Amino acid sequence: MIRYEKSKGLTDVHTHYCPGCTHGILHKLVAEVLEELGILGKSVGIASVGCSVFSYEYINTDFQQAPHGRACATATGIKRVLPDRVVFTYQGDGDFGSIGIAEAIHAANRGELITAIVANNATYGMTGGQMAPTTLLGQVSTTSQQGRQKDVHGSPLHISEIFAQIEGAAYVERVSLHDIPNIRKAKKAIKKAFTYQLEKKGFTMIEVISTCPVNWGMKPREALDWARDHMIPVYPLGVYKDVEHHD
Amino acid sequence: MSKVLIKGNEAIALAAVAAGCDAFFGYPITPQNEIPEYLSKYLTEKGRVFVQAESEVAAINMVYGAAGAGARVMTSSSSVGIALKQEGISYLAGAELPCVIVSVMRAGPGLGGIQPSQGDYFQATRGGGNGDYHTIVFAPESIQETVDLMKEAFDIADTYRNPVMILADGLIGQMMESVDMDKPIKKRDIKPKTYATIGTDFHEGRNIINSLGLDPVFQENHNKDLQAKYNLVKKNEIKVEVIDVEDADYVIVAYGTVARIARSAMEALKEKGIKVGMIRPISLWPYPRKAFDLVPKTCKGLLVTEMSMGQMLEDVLISNQGRFKVGFYGRAGGMVPEPEEIVDAILNFEDKVVEI
Repeated sequence: MIRYEKSKGLTDVHTHYCPGCTHGILHKLVAEVLEELGILGKSVGIASVGCSVFSYEYINTDFQQAPHGRACATATGIKRVLPDRVVFTYQGDGDFGSIGIAEAIHAANRGELITAIVANNATYGMTGGQMAPTTLLGQVSTTSQQGRQKDVHGSPLHISEIFAQIEGAAYVERVSLHDIPNIRKAKKAIKKAFTYQLEKKGFTMIEVISTCPVNWGMKPREALDWARDHMIPVYPLGVYKDVEHHD
Repeated sequence: MSKVLIKGNEAIALAAVAAGCDAFFGYPITPQNEIPEYLSKYLTEKGRVFVQAESEVAAINMVYGAAGAGARVMTSSSSVGIALKQEGISYLAGAELPCVIVSVMRAGPGLGGIQPSQGDYFQATRGGGNGDYHTIVFAPESIQETVDLMKEAFDIADTYRNPVMILADGLIGQMMESVDMDKPIKKRDIKPKTYATIGTDFHEGRNIINSLGLDPVFQENHNKDLQAKYNLVKKNEIKVEVIDVEDADYVIVAYGTVARIARSAMEALKEKGIKVGMIRPISLWPYPRKAFDLVPKTCKGLLVTEMSMGQMLEDVLISNQGRFKVGFYGRAGGMVPEPEEIVDAILNFEDKVVEI
């Protein structure tokens, strides 16, 4: 009896990700969700700039590679001319929350029927560990060598909290990949986001607390613990917006 | 076919609809606002896509997404707005996606002014985006020519999978002329868009729209392929009007609105007994260099006249290859030359000759 199979949503190539990086897990979750919802063949992904630029190599759907920060605009263009397809972006916190925050906010505000998967690892991974909008106070990066200081560099940007305020956003949740129960929760959240897209409820975004052991200068295990102990207190997990949830 | 009296910007919008434009993405900027305003009505009425983006940067990236998804798509803007779109234009060229970009030039640099100008010739023909790429650029001198070029632009973009720019100025956009909207254009054999990202259920394999090439061998080959394509464009798509150059004493070189003004100057000079011809480039890239071979050896000089401080001048110097004296007369900042100014420039040609 087959207990586990690799998702058809993943291609048959090795990834370029560093040991201990959680992009591999996140790719797998997205791939499994697309397969389980039966929408692999009608989905179009948008790869961003950063480590996940190569997500088009790994996730087994049609893909477009967008300029840095523009993924939500590119997704808008695709979804508007192909309204019956599923469109998702796969971005980092720098792409989504810094250079692309205008494109992201306005796509959300228009209620574009797209899903943004946003990996937040508190650093610029691909370019070598520079300060990100999400870098924690005191966290050393190659461009904040004395550690991030509030009065010099500003404070960590709370992406989910910002997007929860946008009327066009239907579902916003922050999840984490630092242990198995949280990986399961992350998959549920991603599935919900895609389901909401299929039900035309509005813009959906899942912020995923991720690790970058190489640029954090840690072993993979240490990085998972650091995400749990240092990132989650600053970036609390949970559902920040759900149009179906009424108090 | 019966003609209609129509304003340039409205004609651009109607020509786009007639050409089967599926989607428009843009951001307001003077002096081209009537284009998105009309399209917000015409496209929406036809159940097609109109989105006012949050910025020019977003608009061109929506164009990229929709073009990659196989749609006929366009944007329009002006000078500073086109500057913001250059990132996306480079990506469109790199990923080989078709689209039409209308650029209605205003005065620069910087915020400049909103009056007509041709100060964005370099921006259009050299491109402000990164890398070795070309945008195919056409510059109409009348509303009829604008309409015809608009319709053809979508076909040319699809034929070569490349952005095509219609370069106009505020005069073309704002004036009204009598136009035949149904004038037929050249039929082209346009291949199906098998590259489009429409979902793997709808085609063989997997489609990826991309301009990334970290492997230098791959990326150099991609550049060579692009150059081969650009050479094909140079071979097939040059448009130029050559008027009375065979026995000309002087030849004026002008495009767009300035070419129209130069026509009046030519008439006035003819009455003075001076034979003046004109080379009017319609395609600015590729540039009609060979047209300059038609200038007779007896010609005393070429007068380049532009609403800029001398941009197309460089293409004329390249095309001339040192054969004739080249003079320049330009206005800038939103100032439009009078025919008399061009007459004077010819009468005092030696004062206008450009040092190289």
